[in-house]
Amino acid sequence: MNPVIECHGLTKRHGDLTRLEALDLTVKEGEVLALLGHNGAGKTTTMKLILGLISPSAGSLEVLGGAPDGPHAETLRRHLGYLPENVSFYEQLTGREVLDYFARLKRIDRRQVDELLEKVGLGHAAKRRVKTYSKGMRQRLGLAQALLGEPRLLLLDEPTTGLDPAATRDFYETVRELRERGCTVLLSSHVLPGVEPYIDRALILGAGRRLALGSLEELRREASLPLTIRAKGRWPGVDWTAGWDDSRIAPRYLNGSALELGVHPSAKMSALRRLTGTPGVEDIDVLPPTLEHLYAHFSAPVAAASSTPDQRGTP
Amino acid sequence: MNTTLIVARKEFQDGLRNRWVLAIALILAALAVGIAWFGAAASGGMGFTSLATTVVSLSTLAVFLIPLIALLLAYDAVVGEQESGTLLLLLTYPLSRTSLLLGKFLGHGLILGAATALGFGIAGVVIAFAADGVALGDLVASLSLLILSSVLLGWVFIAFAYLISVWVTEKARAAGLALGVWFLFVLVFDLGLLALLVSVQSGGDWLPWLLLLNPTDGFRLINMVGFESAQAYTGVTAIAQNTAFHAGWLLLILVGWIVAPLGLAILRFRHHSA
Repeated sequence: MNPVIECHGLTKRHGDLTRLEALDLTVKEGEVLALLGHNGAGKTTTMKLILGLISPSAGSLEVLGGAPDGPHAETLRRHLGYLPENVSFYEQLTGREVLDYFARLKRIDRRQVDELLEKVGLGHAAKRRVKTYSKGMRQRLGLAQALLGEPRLLLLDEPTTGLDPAATRDFYETVRELRERGCTVLLSSHVLPGVEPYIDRALILGAGRRLALGSLEELRREASLPLTIRAKGRWPGVDWTAGWDDSRIAPRYLNGSALELGVHPSAKMSALRRLTGTPGVEDIDVLPPTLEHLYAHFSAPVAAASSTPDQRGTP
Repeated sequence: MNTTLIVARKEFQDGLRNRWVLAIALILAALAVGIAWFGAAASGGMGFTSLATTVVSLSTLAVFLIPLIALLLAYDAVVGEQESGTLLLLLTYPLSRTSLLLGKFLGHGLILGAATALGFGIAGVVIAFAADGVALGDLVASLSLLILSSVLLGWVFIAFAYLISVWVTEKARAAGLALGVWFLFVLVFDLGLLALLVSVQSGGDWLPWLLLLNPTDGFRLINMVGFESAQAYTGVTAIAQNTAFHAGWLLLILVGWIVAPLGLAILRFRHHSA
C-alpha cells in the first residue's frame, strides 16, 4: 500500500529557531497516528507542513503522492480534512450556513451538510446562529467541517479540547469509523487518557525533534518502564518488602490488604509466580504503562533541558 | 460555482445578516433627504433650493461618510479571519488566495453598492416628488453620476482597507490604521493642499494635478463638473475650475485608485505566512 505521508529529513526553520528538525515519518493508509508533545514541540508545524500552508526548509515531504505546497495542492486539498486548534466560525451565520459555505468551497454535494450535522449531534441546532453555540458545539461543528467530502487524510489539532467525556468518546468512535473506511487520521493531543484504544501509533515530539515513534507495544518495549502489579487479599505474616528473587521488582505501597509493585517487564512472570503461590492473594491486576507514562518518559529529557531559561537564540 | 463567487455570496449574506446594508442605506437616505430639505437653511429659508446646490452638498456628505463606511466594513476582512482562525482553515481549502480576496472584494463591494444606490435612490425619489421645478432628467442624470462615483469611491476605500488588513496582524491595529487613512485622505490632504496653494506665489499650473493624488478630490471633481454655480461650495477643488478634467477621465482615475491598492493587497496576501 502506498504511504499517505512520507517525509525524510523534514526540517522547518524560522529565523534562528528550528521548529522541526530532520523528521523521518511514513504513515500508511488507514492508520491513526497521534502526535504528542508539549507546546512548541513541533506538532502544529508538522501539521502545517503536511497541509502545505508552509514550505519545508529542508528535506522531502510527500502527501498523497505529491508535495503539498506545489501544484499538487489543488487536488490534495479536495481529499484533506483539517480541524485547526482554535477556530471560531462566522458568528452571524447559522451552523448550517457555515457548513454550507465550506461545502461549496470544497465542491461537495450539499446533501452531506445535513447528514454531517446529524452525525456530530448538531441537527437540532442547525438553524441557530453560531454565536449561540457552546464551546463543545463549536468544536463539533469544526469536526463536521473537517469530515466534509469524505477526506482520505484527516488532520485534527487538539480535537477534544472543550469536549465533555461523553462527547470525547463519541468523537473517538467517529475516528474509529473513519479508520475502518480507510481514512488516515493524524491527531495531536495534550489530553492523553482515553485515546489509547483508538490509535495505531504515536509520534512523540520534543523541541522539534522526534523523540519516539511506534505502536504502544513498541514504545513500551523501547521504554521498558516498570509495569504496575496490584494485588488484593489477606496475607497475615507475609513480608512483601523482602523475599523477591529479582532486584527489578520494587514494592511501592502496601498495607494489610493491598499491595502495589513496580515490576520491570522481564521480571513480570517471576513476580506473578510469587503472588499466585501465596495463599490469601485474592486478586491480581497487571497494568502496563499508559501512554501518559510513556509520554512523560520520552519527553522528560527535553522537558528538563527546556525548563532552564531559554539560552538558545539569546546572544 | 466559481470559488470567487462563493466567497462573494457569503460576504454579502454576512452583510445582510449584520444589517450593514440596511444601516448604510438608511443613514445615507436620512442625511440626503435632510440635506435636500434644509438646503436653503443657510440663506434663511426652508425647502429645496436648486439641484446644483443639493448635489454638491450630497457629494460633500458622501466624501465624509462613504470612505468611513467602506473602511469600517472591510478593515478586518483578512486580519479578522486570521484572528478567529478561519483564515488558516480557508487556506487548506481548494481556493487560491487571489480568489479569496477578490471574492471578498466583490461581496463587500456589492454591500456598499447596494446600500449606496438604495440610500441615494430613496433621497432622489423623495426630491422628485416633493420639490417643485426640478427637471426629472437632470435629477436622474446627476444622481446617477453621484451614485456611480460614490460606489467607486467606496470601492477605493475597501481596497485600502484590504491593503491594511493583509499588512497587520492585529485587528485593533487595522482599525487604527483605517481611521488614519480616512483622516489623511478626507481631511489632512486638502489642508496640505490649501497651505501649498497659499504659499505658491505664481506659476501654480501644476497644482490642480495634485488633486488626482487624492481619490476623494477626484470624487468631488466628478460631481462638480457641469455645475458652474456650484463651484463656490466645493472648497479646495475650486483650483481645478480652469482645468479641463473630464468626468469620464476622473471616473477612470478612481478605477485606478481601486486597482492599485487591491493589486498590492493581493500581492502581499499571496506571500502572507500562514
